[in-house]
Amino acid sequence: MTDIRERHPGGQPVRLDHAAFTYGSADMLFDADFPSSTITAVMGPSGSGKSTLLNLVAGFETPRKGRVLIGDSDVTALAPAERPVSMIFQENNLFAHLDVAKNVGLGRSPALRLTSDDRRAVADALARTGLSDKEHRLPRELSGGERQRVALARALVRDRPVLLLDEPFGSLGPALRQDMLDLLAGVQAERRMTVLFVTHQPEDARRLAQKIVFLEAGIVTAAGSTEEFFAGDGPEGFRRYVGSQS
Amino acid sequence: MAGRTHRWTDPRIAAGAVALAAIAILIGGAFLGLLAEGASDLTGAAAAFDSYLFRIARFTLWQAALSTLLSVVPAIFVARALSRHPEFPGRQLILRLFALPLALPAIVAALGILALLGRAGFFAETLSGLFGGTWPGIYGLSGILVAHVFFNLPLATRFFLEALDTLPPDQWRLASQLGMGAGPSFRLIEWPAIRASLPGTAGLVFMLCIASFTIVLTLGGGPAATTLEVAIYQALRFDFDPARAVALTLLQVVLTGAVMVGLARLGAATAIDANLPVAPRRFGRVSPGEALANGVLVLAALLFVAGPILAIALAGAQADLTRLAADIAVRNAAATSVVLATLAAILSVMLGLSLVAARQALERQRGGKRQGWLERASGTGAGFVLVIPPIVIGAGWFVALRHSDLLFAAAPLMVVTVNAVMAMPFAIRAIRPAYDAAGERNDRLCMQLGIAGWTRLRLIDWPELRKPLLTGFAFAMALSLGDLGVIALFGSDSVQTLPYLLLARMGSYRTDDAAGIALLLAILCLTLIFLAERFGRRPA
Amino acid sequence: MRKISVLIFILLSTLGVAGAQEKLTVYTYESFTAEWGPGPQVEKAFEAECGCDLEFVAVADGVALLNRVRLEGDSTKADVVLGLDTNLTEDAKATGLFAPAGIDMAAVKVPGGWSDETFVPFDYAHFAVVYDTEKLATPPKSLKELVEGDPEQKIVIQDPRTSTPGLGLVLWVKAVYGDKAPEAWAKLKKRVLTVTPGWSEAYGLFTKGEAPMVLSYTTSPAYHMVAEGTDRYQAAAFEEGHYLQIEVAGITVNGEKNTLARRFLSFMTSPAFQDVIPETNWMFPAAQTANELNPAFGKLVSPAKTLLIEPAEVARNRKAWVDEWLAAMSR
Repeated sequence: MTDIRERHPGGQPVRLDHAAFTYGSADMLFDADFPSSTITAVMGPSGSGKSTLLNLVAGFETPRKGRVLIGDSDVTALAPAERPVSMIFQENNLFAHLDVAKNVGLGRSPALRLTSDDRRAVADALARTGLSDKEHRLPRELSGGERQRVALARALVRDRPVLLLDEPFGSLGPALRQDMLDLLAGVQAERRMTVLFVTHQPEDARRLAQKIVFLEAGIVTAAGSTEEFFAGDGPEGFRRYVGSQS
Repeated sequence: MAGRTHRWTDPRIAAGAVALAAIAILIGGAFLGLLAEGASDLTGAAAAFDSYLFRIARFTLWQAALSTLLSVVPAIFVARALSRHPEFPGRQLILRLFALPLALPAIVAALGILALLGRAGFFAETLSGLFGGTWPGIYGLSGILVAHVFFNLPLATRFFLEALDTLPPDQWRLASQLGMGAGPSFRLIEWPAIRASLPGTAGLVFMLCIASFTIVLTLGGGPAATTLEVAIYQALRFDFDPARAVALTLLQVVLTGAVMVGLARLGAATAIDANLPVAPRRFGRVSPGEALANGVLVLAALLFVAGPILAIALAGAQADLTRLAADIAVRNAAATSVVLATLAAILSVMLGLSLVAARQALERQRGGKRQGWLERASGTGAGFVLVIPPIVIGAGWFVALRHSDLLFAAAPLMVVTVNAVMAMPFAIRAIRPAYDAAGERNDRLCMQLGIAGWTRLRLIDWPELRKPLLTGFAFAMALSLGDLGVIALFGSDSVQTLPYLLLARMGSYRTDDAAGIALLLAILCLTLIFLAERFGRRPA
Repeated sequence: MRKISVLIFILLSTLGVAGAQEKLTVYTYESFTAEWGPGPQVEKAFEAECGCDLEFVAVADGVALLNRVRLEGDSTKADVVLGLDTNLTEDAKATGLFAPAGIDMAAVKVPGGWSDETFVPFDYAHFAVVYDTEKLATPPKSLKELVEGDPEQKIVIQDPRTSTPGLGLVLWVKAVYGDKAPEAWAKLKKRVLTVTPGWSEAYGLFTKGEAPMVLSYTTSPAYHMVAEGTDRYQAAAFEEGHYLQIEVAGITVNGEKNTLARRFLSFMTSPAFQDVIPETNWMFPAAQTANELNPAFGKLVSPAKTLLIEPAEVARNRKAWVDEWLAAMSR
C-alpha cells in the first residue's frame, strides 16, 4: 500500500458567494470562504443561521440569489447527492430499521448493492470508528455516541472532499465528546477533507478548528483564525457570545 | 418558489399532481356529462333552491354535526384507553372488529342495530320497563345518531390510535419520570397528538354522515329526516333532472367546505418529533383507578360495536349457510367482490400515498411561506370526494359514455375507480401521520445519500410504512366491499358483488339468504383485514 | 379470476354471435333476470321457439330502465323494454322512443281492461297492507281503518320519492281521499313507524318484527305460502278497493325494424311466458296460462274494487301529490 493520502480525494475549498436566503420572515445573506483541507468552526447565537449555512452548502436549501461554490465549480443547482459533500446531523443520521453495516453501506450504494470492495471499505470504516463488533446491531441498540460514530463511518466510506457537521456531538457527555473530537481530528488528518462544523462549545472550536466563522442574525460578522478569535481582542460579538456561554 | 428548479420534476409532486388530475377527471367528467345533458333545462336546478331545500340542508348539517360530535369525542377517550394499555386482552381483535362496520351495507347495519334497540329488539322489554309504555324503538334522530356512531366511533378510534402511536416513547418515559397522572399526561402529551389528527378525522366522519342516505331514511322515522343526498338521488332518478343533481351536489360540497374550514381551526399543526425511537415502548404504571376506568370504557365501546355485529352474525347463522356457500352465484359474487375490492384498495392506497407524498414535498419546498393550492388540494382538498354521491359519478359517466362501445367495459371500471377514490381519504388518514414522521426523519438523509425513487421505496419507505400502508389498504378494502350504487344505470352483469347479491335477495323476499350473505360478507372482510394486517407486521 | 374469464367469454360471444344468429336485445330490471326470476326460463323458452339469441340487459329497476333508455335515445340497443309500470308509461311515451306494439292484445287480461296501444302488460298485482297474523289479530278492513286506527300498531311504508310502492300508496290515498288526502296522511303519520327508501328495507323491518304491517302487494303472502309453507303473513282486504300496479313492455323505434321484437311481445302474452311469472316474479299473470296457478294464489285477497288513476293524470300531478305527502309527513 502506498501513502494513504493518494487514495483519497483530499479537500476542496468551499465558498458562499453572496448567497441570500429567506426563511419565513428572516432574511439571511452569507458571504464566506472555507479554505481547502481545514477545519472551520461555524459559531453564533441560536437562530443566527448556522444550520442554514450548512444546509445551503449541502444543498438542502437553495439560495434565492448568489452562488455556492465547491472547488472550482458552481454547485448551486445541484441536488444534495450530486455535491461532493457529506453531512452529519445532530440526530437522525441512521435508518431505524437497517443495521449498522447497512446504514454505512448506504454511503457506497444508495441501493445497497455492495461489491466486495465496498464491503471491505465498510469493514475498514467500522474498524476505524471502533464499531467492528457492532455491525449487525440496529440503531436502537446503540448508545448516542455509537450512533454518531456510525454516521462518521458512513462519511468515511462516502469519501467526499467536504464534511459538514451540524452540532454532531451536542448530546454527548464530556468524555465521549473528547473521544469523538479526537476521532474526527484523526480522520481529518488522514483524509484531509474540508470540514465545517457547527458548535456552541468554544472549547470544541479551540481544540479542533483552525478557523472560525461567526454569524449574527443571518450575516457573517467575523471570520478569522482560531488564535485571533481567542486572543483577548477577538471580535466583539464573539466575546459577548462566549461570555454569555460561561 | 425561489430558484427551485425541481418543483415539477420531483417525482413525488408529479405523482400527487397525476393523482389529483385523475380524481378531477373522474368527478369533473361526470359533472360535465350531467351538465351537458341538463344544460337545455336549468329551471329545475334553479327551482331546487326553495325553503324545502333550506330545511333539508339544515337537517343534513345538524344530524352530521351531532353524529360527528358523538362519534369523535368518545373515540378520543377510547383510543387513549387502548393506547395506555398495549397489553389489553384481545386488543388486536378489537381493532380488527372496529374496521368491520365500514364494510357493512347500511341496511344490514340498521337491521343489526334494530335487532337490539328496535321495537322488537333484544332490549325492547327492558327499555319498556325502564321508560314505561311500549318502547317505540330508536326511530328518529336518535336512531340516525346511534347508527352513525356505530359506523364512525370505531373508525375515529382507530385513527386517533394511529396518531397516538406516532408519539415518541421518550415522551412517555418523561411523563412517568415526572410522575404525570392521567390528567396532565392527557393534556400535555396525548391531546396535542390527537388535536393534530382531529380536523382530519372529524372531517372524515362529518362527510360520511353528510352523505348518509339509507340510514337517514330508514331510521329517521319519516321524511322530516331527509338529507341532501336523498334530494340528489330523487333528482337523478325519479325526476331525472341532471342539472338539479349537479346543483345540489355542489351545494353539498360548499356546505361541507364551510364546515371543514371551521374544523381546521380546531386543529393545530404540531411539530412532529421525528427522532429515532430509542426506548422500547413501555409505560409507567397506570393507576388502578384509571385502569378500571379505561377497561370499562373500552368494554363499553366494544359492546356498542360488537352488539349489532353479533346480532347480524346470529341472524346470518340461521340461514342455510352450507347451501349459500355452495351456491354458484354466491361464490361468483364473493370472487367478484374480492377482486374488485382488492383492485380498488390498491388503487386507493396508490392515490393516497401519492397525495401524502406530494403534500409533504410541497410543504418542504415552501419553507415558511403560505401553502399553495396544490398543497391544499393534496392535503384537505382530496377528502371532499366523500360528499360527491357515487350515483352522481356513475350517472355522469353513463351519460358521457352512452354512445360509445366502452359502456360495456365501463361498469367494472367505474366500480373500481369510484370505490378507490371514495376510500382514498381513509387511506390518507392511515398513511399520513407515519409518512410525515418518517419523512421528517429520513428525507435529508436520503437526499444526502442519493437514495431516491424505487430504491428509496424499497429500502427505506416500504419497511417503515408497510404497516400504515396495509392499514390503509384494509380500510379501503372494507369500504369497497360494502359499497353499492355506482352502477344503477350501467347494469350489473359483470359486477355482481356480495352486497349486490344481498340486496337482490332481500328484494325478492329472501331475507334469510340476505342475512346469511351479510354474515359471509363480514367473515370475508375480517379475513381480509386479518391477512392485510398480518402481512403488515414487520418480519421478526 | 373466474370473473375475468366470464368477461372474456362474453366479449368473445358478443363478437362471434353477430353474423351467426338473429338477435333480440331486451332491457329489463335486475330481479327479472336473477337466477330465481323469470328471465332464465323465459330466455330458454323463447330461444327454443324462435331459434334466435335473446339477450337481457338488466339495470337496477323500472325507473333506472326508463332513465337509461331516455339517455341512450335513438342510439339505444334495446329492441324491447320490459319492466316499466303504468306510472312510468306516460313519461316513456313522451320520449318518442317507443313504437306502437302492433300485436293482437286480445289475450291480455288485467283488472279494468287494457286500452294502451304502445305498451303490453305482462303481469300485475294490487298494492296491499301485509300484516303479521301473530302480532295483529284484527287487521284494518279499510284504508279508513288504517288511517284512523290505533297509533301503537305501526306500519312501515316506502318513500314515494325513491320507490315505486311508495308512490303507489300516495296514489292509493289520493284515489280514495281525493282533496282530503293531506288530512289522511296527517292521521296516518302517527301509525307510520318509519319510511324506507325502498321495498326491501321496509319488508326487512317487517319480517324482523319491527312493525306488524308493511306496504307491499296482495301477492306477497303467496311467496310465504309456496316457498316457506307458512300462512303467517297475510294481506288485508280494504273495502275501498286496492290500487293496481301493471307491469308492461314496449317496442322501441329501433326494435320496430327487428321482426323478433313483435314476436317477443306476442310470446309474452302466451302461456309459455305467462306460466313462468307467478312463482318467479310473484305477480299475477296478465294473460292465459297453460297450467293451473298454485292453489296459494287462490287464497289471496281479491280486491273488491280496482283503483287506478290514468297514467296521464299521474304524470301531470305526481310532483304536486308527492309534495303534498311530504308536507303532511314532515310536519
